[in-house]
Amino acid sequence: MLPEHVEPEWLTEDHAFSLAELAELSGLSEAELRELVDYGAVTPIDPESSPWVFSGKCLLTVRTACRLRISFDLEPYGVALMVTLLERIQELETQLRELRAQTPHADR
Amino acid sequence: MKYKDYYDILGVDRGASAEDIKKAYRKLAHKYHPDVSKDPEGEEKFKALAEAYETLKNPEKRAAYDQLGRHQPGQDFQPPPGWGPQHGDSQFAFDDADLADLFAGFSGGRQPGGGAIRMPGQDYEVTAQISLEQAYSGTEVELNLTVPERDAQGQLHRVPRSFKVRIPKGATDGQRLRLAGRGGKGFNGGRDGDLYLQVKLQPHTVFRVSGHDLYLDLPLAPWEAVLGATIDVPTLGGTVRLKVPPHTQAGQQLRLSGRGLPRPHGKEGDLFAIAQIVVPATATDVERGLFEQLAKESTFNPRARLQQEMNHAP
Repeated sequence: MLPEHVEPEWLTEDHAFSLAELAELSGLSEAELRELVDYGAVTPIDPESSPWVFSGKCLLTVRTACRLRISFDLEPYGVALMVTLLERIQELETQLRELRAQTPHADR
Repeated sequence: MKYKDYYDILGVDRGASAEDIKKAYRKLAHKYHPDVSKDPEGEEKFKALAEAYETLKNPEKRAAYDQLGRHQPGQDFQPPPGWGPQHGDSQFAFDDADLADLFAGFSGGRQPGGGAIRMPGQDYEVTAQISLEQAYSGTEVELNLTVPERDAQGQLHRVPRSFKVRIPKGATDGQRLRLAGRGGKGFNGGRDGDLYLQVKLQPHTVFRVSGHDLYLDLPLAPWEAVLGATIDVPTLGGTVRLKVPPHTQAGQQLRLSGRGLPRPHGKEGDLFAIAQIVVPATATDVERGLFEQLAKESTFNPRARLQQEMNHAP
């Protein structure tokens, strides 16, 4: 079987999704997504504008939220708390990796 | 079809109550869930765990699982005749199915009333390990997956799928890419699942990565650090000449603008050479003589600040 050639999509700030798209791609309902926004787990690019638009990175957050909701049988508030804390851990891990990259290696 | 011991996976005995099963699952899920766990095998372990729990938490599925009898894990077996949910007259394709596919049939495909429901295809997450050189120039990776797909009758089969994915230059560690519609096939008009690709950079012997910036340790001889020097420095785009200014201190970062990783929609990251002052492990008599002369002539006190701070200490 010959492999199919695929051009991927970047999931960065440059790629935007609507609330309906996020719901379809994450498996969460629009109501659940609104709750995640209320609890601050995801933030639309401009929370004051209507309809909401989300950056590509939000898709990763809400997909994680959906996995956690199903795997741990959590309420939206618990999910929001967990993804917020997980993202803080990720940020700290990134900072740690960056600091390590910037530190000369002692063994050389 | 290979047998899996769902009770054993959850670490409970066959007579465990629904509450015990839930507790055992929660405890292990906390330990192995890929979003929470640091265990490199966490994902595989969690998949097995979730599959076991999915069946044992549902009384109907648990009873059907118990009817399969007890076998050794990994042992080939066939469900007894007339076992499980039947879709019309068709027989379940047992040979190429996984045990999990068998139980998916309880809730998927057709509803008891005869109406069909739309089912989206499954999403998949895969990791692609690439070298720093590949990230710099862009690369193509081949992904080979075996995914469950439903046929027109709603039955699951495992089918191989193969993709060549272009990873554009500018991808860095942890970068996610989405391959829309390349996950499992949707059933009955449900959308096709997506494939998510996470880029992992293999550690490099020379460069360390921080976002799109690169760092390397640049060893300098003491006299190069004092007098300055023009030296060759490796970059991902080839060797460049770097002017080390006189009186360069250890730990000082010399920036090579635009010599880091490219960004997808913007300017390139930078390369930072971190000066390291290294001394020879052995010295010839002549070198030793020169250092002794320097020690005698020099008024430089490397611990002046330390002494000053100690004098001011309370």
